[in-house]
Amino acid sequence: MTRGSYPWYHSPAERSVRSWLRGNGLSNIKAALWCALAWAASVMAAEAPLGLPPVPIPADNPMSDAKVALGARLFNDKRFSSTGLVSCSNCHAPDKAFTDSPLSTSIGIRNLPGTRNAPTLANAAYFKREFWDGRAASLEDQARRPFVNAVEMGLSDYTPILQIVRSDPQYVAAFRSAFALEPAAVDMLQVRQAIAAFERTLLYADSPFDRWYFGHEPNAMSESAQRGFKVFLEDGRCQSCHTIEETDALFTDNRFHNIGVGINAIRGDLLRLTPELLLAKSRGINVDKAVLADQQIAEFGRFALTETIDDLGAFKTPTLRNVAVTAPYMHDGSLATLRDVVDHYNNGGVTDPADRVSDFLSGGIRPLHLTEQQIVDLIAFMEALTSPQFAALPTASAP
Amino acid sequence: MTARRQRTLAGTAAGVALPIDRRGFLGGSAALALSASLPLALFEFAAAKEAGTFTIAHLADAHIQSVRAGEFVRNWDRGLIRAVAEINLLNPPPDFVVFGGDLANFGTRAELDHGAEILSALRPKLRCVMGECDYYLDLGEYWSRLFGPPWYSFDHKGVHFVVLNSVLTYEEWTLHRWPTAEQRMGVMATIDSPDSSPFLVGEPQRAWLASDLMTVNKRTPVVVFSHAPLQQIYRDWNFWTEDAAEVQALLAPFSNVTVIYGHVHQLQYNQIGNIAFHSVVATAYPLPYPQSRAQRQSYLPRLTIPMNRADPFFERDGTGWQFLNLTTGRADIYYNLYNNSPRNVAFDSAAGRPADTSRQGSELHTSIQSPY
Repeated sequence: MTRGSYPWYHSPAERSVRSWLRGNGLSNIKAALWCALAWAASVMAAEAPLGLPPVPIPADNPMSDAKVALGARLFNDKRFSSTGLVSCSNCHAPDKAFTDSPLSTSIGIRNLPGTRNAPTLANAAYFKREFWDGRAASLEDQARRPFVNAVEMGLSDYTPILQIVRSDPQYVAAFRSAFALEPAAVDMLQVRQAIAAFERTLLYADSPFDRWYFGHEPNAMSESAQRGFKVFLEDGRCQSCHTIEETDALFTDNRFHNIGVGINAIRGDLLRLTPELLLAKSRGINVDKAVLADQQIAEFGRFALTETIDDLGAFKTPTLRNVAVTAPYMHDGSLATLRDVVDHYNNGGVTDPADRVSDFLSGGIRPLHLTEQQIVDLIAFMEALTSPQFAALPTASAP
Repeated sequence: MTARRQRTLAGTAAGVALPIDRRGFLGGSAALALSASLPLALFEFAAAKEAGTFTIAHLADAHIQSVRAGEFVRNWDRGLIRAVAEINLLNPPPDFVVFGGDLANFGTRAELDHGAEILSALRPKLRCVMGECDYYLDLGEYWSRLFGPPWYSFDHKGVHFVVLNSVLTYEEWTLHRWPTAEQRMGVMATIDSPDSSPFLVGEPQRAWLASDLMTVNKRTPVVVFSHAPLQQIYRDWNFWTEDAAEVQALLAPFSNVTVIYGHVHQLQYNQIGNIAFHSVVATAYPLPYPQSRAQRQSYLPRLTIPMNRADPFFERDGTGWQFLNLTTGRADIYYNLYNNSPRNVAFDSAAGRPADTSRQGSELHTSIQSPY
């Protein structure tokens, strides 16, 4: 959990109260009263929906309404791409639970194909690392990269973005309001911070599961889903990576595992590709670009970043929240339905049971021997993880 | 610490040029040398000037186990398969690979055949050490048919290597106590069996060792591969060699001796006189440190910093394999540990003993000498 590593969100009201307290020698009683009010304000502001912990906010990027509004504008602005046609929301569409479902892998600038399935931004605020291979350490770090990726938004550098945000009157006003900066002083740092602040408001929980488990509503989730939760905890071995806590659940351990997806595609080529990748890295290739542009390099997963052999073919554990409405699945979108996903795990880390298991498979993956009823129940459980905001979206549970 | 040579997956300055410009993103054209990135170096032997610089990969304790005809314990299979696949990625390849014993779990032909088949995927030359779980069913007969004599020596790039069968025991126990070979095997394969018997190198093999070492210059680095520790750590679990003192005495005249042993399924290192001792981790499963069984005093070397406790969900946690980098006769060992930070234990020439290269402060050592 990241809780405790960041100061909590402080609302504008609370911050003004605090600074006022600092500037005025109040009596203890008055100070206590004001602190109580400020505390109430901060709790209100930081409140996450049922099932989620408080949002971690970095100390150097406090939240504000102005900053969030600015971030939303930046997030949707197509001008920050080489053709003027691609914004962040192209691949992280709010009406598709912040993915580009049903695409397997994303389509970027000039319809160029990427190699990765767009992960949802819902609850990305909680991830310890961003991207499937974790190559960004924060939302702020992540936000700078797609602009200048050749298959995403296609800019060659950040100059066009800075020109727009320093001259467009609406942006000039918004940056003054959010950061108290004049146009010439606005830099990519503030662009990234505003987008990250906006993303920290994308909190989606309060699902039937949350109401059943954390809210103690006995009928909030179907009996099948309730049985599926038991499979999730026990025979399915799901919870060890898709973790839940006592009072909340992110459904991810924020770690990286080789689960047998993708890596088999380069099995026969590993002896050649591995030294090739490392040699290319030593010569300074842009890993950001390579992992999205080259199908084979993409399958190395986190190894392409860390060069640690334990990370070969390993990808980040994704959250399971809203999983039913974000098909297809896995880092490459290679599995179309939740049934396909459960079958893959049930087979012990191979999609086709006749296929050879990856030599580098995580030690957590092994055949599960689930019954048909357990599989059906487990899928029902995953379908109970959809937040009310996305409940109307099509699900991909059909076998 | 001795100067260490870094091995990488991609190669060293001596690495060959690779076809790397097939893709646009790679750019450039000339293949450049990759300087030190992957900490994939293993045992490094630094000692005599004439000793060459080279790398050995080491894996041990696979414990391939039959479930029924044609079926083996998946967990142990996967550990060995993964280690073999990873060792094959080393570039340049190690000069040879050592398998440190206990390929089988109950010494059967099916287990040894299945293990040998997995090991056959290794690209470098393989040298094998006998473990007790390979031996006590047929007293090593089938193992020797597959892998050759159980003790031998050879020279490589200025280092004298000795392989011992250190899992023998008293003749009465081996030949006259057990109604069946399966019972004998079962007792010896049980780590805390009260009916077991302490490991011996034995007089005939010690005599062979004495004569083998007679012709070796006393300044030549000597590296001994053994399954049992050749020291005495915990008798109840046979982390023990009954005639360790006699074996150590034969090695005493040499200025630079390293013993690499398996069997304990955990990271240990020690220095006794002129001899540096290093254990290797298992590919199959970890064992607890002996002080976890408090009934009897154990002698885990005080300078050993133990491994982290394994998370049982991740079956590979606590297992792994290792590289040995050898430059001048001393071992620089890199332990590839899954779900954990790798460990690197190298000879600290100032202190005259092996040390973890990133955790050398005495304040970091856990007090492990007392069970209380």
